[in-house]
Amino acid sequence: MLPFIPLIVLLAAMLPPLAERYDGRNAGAWTTALVTALALAALLFLSPAVFSGGVQRAGWEWLPELGLNLSFRLDGLALLFGLLITGIGLLVILYARYYLSEHDNLGRFYSLLLLFMGAMLGIVLADNLLLLLMFWELTSLGSFLLIGYWHPRADARRGARLALTVTAGGGLALLGGFLLLGHIVGSFELSAVLAAGETVKQHPGYLATLLLILLGVFTKSAQFPLHFWLPQAMAAPTPVSAYLHSATMVKAGVFLLARLFPVLADTDPWFFLVGGVGLLTLLFAAYAALFQHDIKGLLAYSTISHLGLITLLFGLGTPLTAVAGVFHIINHAIFKASLFMAAGIIDHETGCRDMRQLNGLFKFMPQTAVLAILAAAAMAGVPLLNGFLSKEMFFAQTIHSAALGGAGVLLPVLATVAGVFSVAYSARFIHDVFFNGEPINLPRIPHEPPRYLRVPVEILVVVCLLVGIVPAYTVGPMLAVAAVSVVGGPLPPYSLAIWHGFNLPLLMSALALAGGACMYGQRQWLFRLRDRYPLPVGKILFGRSQRAVISATRQITGWLENGSLQCYLAWLLGTAVLAGGWGLASGGKLTGEVPLQPLDGLSLLLALLLAVAALLTVFWQRQRLTALIVLGVVGLVVVLAFVRFSAPDLALTQLTVEVVTTILLLLALRFLPAEAMVESALSRRLRDAGLAIMVGLGVAILAWGVLTRAPHTALVDYLLATSLPGGGGANVVNVILVDFRGFDTLGETTVLAIAALGIVALLAGGLPTPTAPPVAARDADRHPLLLRMGVRPILAVTLLLAAYVFLRGHNLPGGGFVAGLVTALGLVTQYLAGDFRWTAEKLGFDHQRLIAVGLLLIALTGLMSTAFDHPFLTSTFAHLHFPLTGEFEIASAMIFDLGVYLIVVGVVMLILLELGQSETAEGAWNC
Amino acid sequence: MDQRLILPILLPFIAGIVLLLTNGMARQRRLSITAVAALLPLAAALLAMTGDGYHAYVLGNWPAPFGIVLVLDRLSALMLGLTALVALPALLYAVAAGTDAQGRYFHPLFQFQLMGLNGAFLTGDLFNLFVFFEILLIASYSLLLHGGGRERIRAGLHYVILNLVGSALFLIAIGTLYGMTGALNLADLAVRIAAAPAADAGLLRTGALLLLVVFGLKAAMLPLYFWLPAAYTCTSAPVAALFALLTKVGVYSIIRVFSLAFGPTAGVAANVAMPWLLPLALATLLAGGFGVLASWDSRRLIAYSVIVSIGTLLAGIGLGSTSGLSAALVYLVHTTLITAGMFLLADLIAMQRGHSDSRPSSPVAQPLILGTLFFVGAVAMAGMPPLSGFLGKVLLLRAAEETVALPWIWSVVLGSSLLIMVAWGRMGSSLFWNTLDTPVTGIPVHARLLLPAVALLAAGPLLMVLARPLTHFAAETAQQIFAPAAYIETVLANRSLVPATGTSP
Repeated sequence: MLPFIPLIVLLAAMLPPLAERYDGRNAGAWTTALVTALALAALLFLSPAVFSGGVQRAGWEWLPELGLNLSFRLDGLALLFGLLITGIGLLVILYARYYLSEHDNLGRFYSLLLLFMGAMLGIVLADNLLLLLMFWELTSLGSFLLIGYWHPRADARRGARLALTVTAGGGLALLGGFLLLGHIVGSFELSAVLAAGETVKQHPGYLATLLLILLGVFTKSAQFPLHFWLPQAMAAPTPVSAYLHSATMVKAGVFLLARLFPVLADTDPWFFLVGGVGLLTLLFAAYAALFQHDIKGLLAYSTISHLGLITLLFGLGTPLTAVAGVFHIINHAIFKASLFMAAGIIDHETGCRDMRQLNGLFKFMPQTAVLAILAAAAMAGVPLLNGFLSKEMFFAQTIHSAALGGAGVLLPVLATVAGVFSVAYSARFIHDVFFNGEPINLPRIPHEPPRYLRVPVEILVVVCLLVGIVPAYTVGPMLAVAAVSVVGGPLPPYSLAIWHGFNLPLLMSALALAGGACMYGQRQWLFRLRDRYPLPVGKILFGRSQRAVISATRQITGWLENGSLQCYLAWLLGTAVLAGGWGLASGGKLTGEVPLQPLDGLSLLLALLLAVAALLTVFWQRQRLTALIVLGVVGLVVVLAFVRFSAPDLALTQLTVEVVTTILLLLALRFLPAEAMVESALSRRLRDAGLAIMVGLGVAILAWGVLTRAPHTALVDYLLATSLPGGGGANVVNVILVDFRGFDTLGETTVLAIAALGIVALLAGGLPTPTAPPVAARDADRHPLLLRMGVRPILAVTLLLAAYVFLRGHNLPGGGFVAGLVTALGLVTQYLAGDFRWTAEKLGFDHQRLIAVGLLLIALTGLMSTAFDHPFLTSTFAHLHFPLTGEFEIASAMIFDLGVYLIVVGVVMLILLELGQSETAEGAWNC
Repeated sequence: MDQRLILPILLPFIAGIVLLLTNGMARQRRLSITAVAALLPLAAALLAMTGDGYHAYVLGNWPAPFGIVLVLDRLSALMLGLTALVALPALLYAVAAGTDAQGRYFHPLFQFQLMGLNGAFLTGDLFNLFVFFEILLIASYSLLLHGGGRERIRAGLHYVILNLVGSALFLIAIGTLYGMTGALNLADLAVRIAAAPAADAGLLRTGALLLLVVFGLKAAMLPLYFWLPAAYTCTSAPVAALFALLTKVGVYSIIRVFSLAFGPTAGVAANVAMPWLLPLALATLLAGGFGVLASWDSRRLIAYSVIVSIGTLLAGIGLGSTSGLSAALVYLVHTTLITAGMFLLADLIAMQRGHSDSRPSSPVAQPLILGTLFFVGAVAMAGMPPLSGFLGKVLLLRAAEETVALPWIWSVVLGSSLLIMVAWGRMGSSLFWNTLDTPVTGIPVHARLLLPAVALLAAGPLLMVLARPLTHFAAETAQQIFAPAAYIETVLANRSLVPATGTSP
């Protein structure tokens, strides 16, 4: 049953909006209350075993490898918190039903409330640190949504974001701390962790663990200097404040202090960190609370101060202080919930929360006033109310604390000072609001609230009184079992009586009450003092630093992603140079064992030509046409190099590719100005030149290294040996392309096809108007008759040539790719010589279809073999004998090659037509 | 020889061709959706096959290492499954939103893109990987520009030029490695690199590091990610969702190539990328975190989250341990699905608000459903519990426990988590809370548009529920990757089995 308590509450978060849609606002509230009551009942049902001293554990494995399990435990501490969460939760549900107006989306509110409640229950019931953390962060998320509930208000949005940033950020630190803790212990199960206190405290990682966990605790429990999110969270609807800042959210932090008390406490770092921060928070917030004009602001700072008190108690680190800490957790939850609700009633019925306007409300709402006065008295530590008891215990413990040695006297003094402030702000809350003259400029005439808005407050105040008067019969047993699980052993003797005789703690209480009353009397003087020396406001500092961080991230991001392609390329090439340079410098030998060949004149000439042409391309880069022509020289030299080193296939391919790309580039150039402007500063051009030289050198070095080594011939030998017998072709290059590595060719032809489609799609949106004047403007005779007539017969010749190149491909230099380019060239010539449209009409076939058919041929060739249960693309060939031609070879690879041929023709023609058509298109380009 | 191995490549290839020959949008849509939907059961079947080790598919029946092989293992099956899981919702969204009708050839290009992705995940050959990179690049470039517009063309230009330079580097690296070893087949390459003499160390390492640069460019690693934010921000939503896979190809290639050919047993080139990977990963993570916080536009925020995810993934890989890698794989599944879902969701929100940046606008028409989805997605992306991002993050933090890099990894991962959380909190508050006092102008979207986003974002809670099988699978995958001997054996086993003159009837 135990694991279902938080899980069902979480899941039930979906219900209220549905219930509300089904049966109105009350249905949503009833559903929520029912779920909460069920959880409460389940806890009560399980409680007898806890009271008899047992710890219940239940759950399932989730991710044991990670250490994350859905395991839950119910011990005294968990039960206490569970009862507070569900009990006060029920009252908040009732309160909210009458507090929120018709315009507020009640379903959303209850849904978020259940989400938050489930997460809180998860925190206190979890028996696994990682599971606890998950619920912990879930409360941060839930509080974000709850605080931002009135999201049209800017302060609600800000408050929500602030709370999320601080508390969820603390959660990240907590995650780190838990991971360390789990690592030290070797398990994330609380049961194991709680038993490993000594191991943890002696581990070298203890301090880091403690710091990270405390960061999580202090953010959540709003400890100085991370407290500033809490006052901002007052932008939430008051039921939310009443819930989050009494029994839940902020109590999660001190809950964790209590939970991990046996593991982490009782060391010097713990004493100074937890105790020090607690004391500082207690004093600072009590002082700050006095000067709040907003009643919820006063309560917020008072909450921080009381959390500081609890933290300090745990920080003192003795079993007795732990008992006092647990006791104050209970008392504070009860009186603070009632105070927030009372403040909400005042806000609700007057439309105002400013104590400079709210005066003399006693006569308008006497019943509420009595309730609020009693609750505030509990907060101040007035006898017969619950706050008095735990405060007495606190005072007593400060006296007995021996850890500070000679400075020990400071602690009770400072505790009394904090008590004085606490009484003073409580007095201000009572006196300013309910007495102190007449209300000033209130938006509404104050009156008593609806009956059910006050009922929760009544119940809570009665509990305050009961606990305050007969503690041993009310809270005693609960406190005892809860404290046992905190201390982790038998409890020291303590007494829950109101009267302990005349002693030092009583004197401190009396001093605090008298001093507080005095201080409130002299408040004008204090207010002037504060105005002269204002404290730095955390939220402003935080806001400023957050803005600074965001603007810094914008600067860094803008500097990195600056929109300049040149910069991006410089980063890329620079990285490549660095990576390559590091690799080369890291060891090994650069030059291999193969001796260099003697340098011959022809090679030298070719190399020189290549270098000069490359340099001239750079030199003339701004005259685009000239640069293109010189670039053509580079391509042609490469062709010659292929010829020189006996690679006729490559030479043939390179030659045709060179011609086709030049034509396409010429067509594209028409859309650019003939001359490019100088756009980069000299420094950048020098940088780029340097990079270019480095990259060029790098590639040269790699080539040198590879070429001076003896080639690995295993692969090549196999291909040479198998090409004819296995692939049916004497031309190894072609067999590699269409057979050995036909899959690559399939891919690359697909790339070609996609490129053509992409260009068509890109240009479908309308082509730019050519910037170069149309050819017609320059030449009167655009398509000379002689050229037109002369070119037509050439088509037949080129087609024949293409067929020849294609057919011999498998055995001699040639093949589908080259044949395709040759065909395309023949067709291109027709377009160039004639009018584009005219030629297109005459030739008129669908290039897109041509490409698709080509691809299909390739796919089908490959698929044929799968029919015989051979892998895709397995080839076959046969030798046929015809009477006239003699032996003729048919290979499946030729169909493959035919596909390549069709695709190449289709792609080139498609791109060409797209670019060429623009001559007549009427697209406009807004550059 | 299981013919199913080729299908993830062949199916979209043939679908793409047939789509080119199909007229009419309605028929194209039916065909395209059917083809993509078929990838899901196919991927499931292949995933089921990986239980008993590696499977090789010898294309053209040429024995390895002489021909090209496809290799199926857990990692490639995982990537195939992920591809199918992202592609289907993205396509359905494109159809529902009419994105596919905003330009020509959307469906063929989409199929070719899938062909490229699946091919890259299956191939066991370095040059063939290059070929599939090219298919990916050119198809993604065309898809990126789909629908047109100035911003797209500008971002697309940066994308394509940088990646073409990357292709050139890839070729140089392949050329170097081939020249040094005579191998293109990855298994063969691994064997030969392991046996390489010390004199070859420098050149081999250079080839390896150039590959790292190339894959890093694809994966969007610092300082090579600059093409990504603009490209992902300005392209259409379904394409951006599909692109959630694109960077993962780079990550996949790093895992594959650097574990197989440059892993711990690679002789003189052993672990050559490791000293670089972790620092670069953390720097990427940080830069991505800064970018996330600096983003004022919801789509840009998601784009920068992609960079964050890459940093996280590479950090896991850079740990060089099975636990690190398996954390990265768990995170990979999460981040791919959630990112894709968020791109779709951001589009829906932008549709109703009128724009995607964080300026106030009129409220969305469906605050409950869109707000809830956004919350789920944001929590998952920020790596907060109880959703899937948390799982990967904690696994990564735990994997770093035993390493010297612990303080670095923990502080960068946790610190950037804070930045990301703040950024998402601000963005959510801007998109849904800080609304103008004007009436709702957007119209509620049809369930057809909503469902793809819901399906993808459902990964947030679902992966947590399935955390155990998922981490198991990731751990097994990581173990498989760290024991490449079986891979090499499976691939090269064909050498002796098939006669050298093996031609078919």
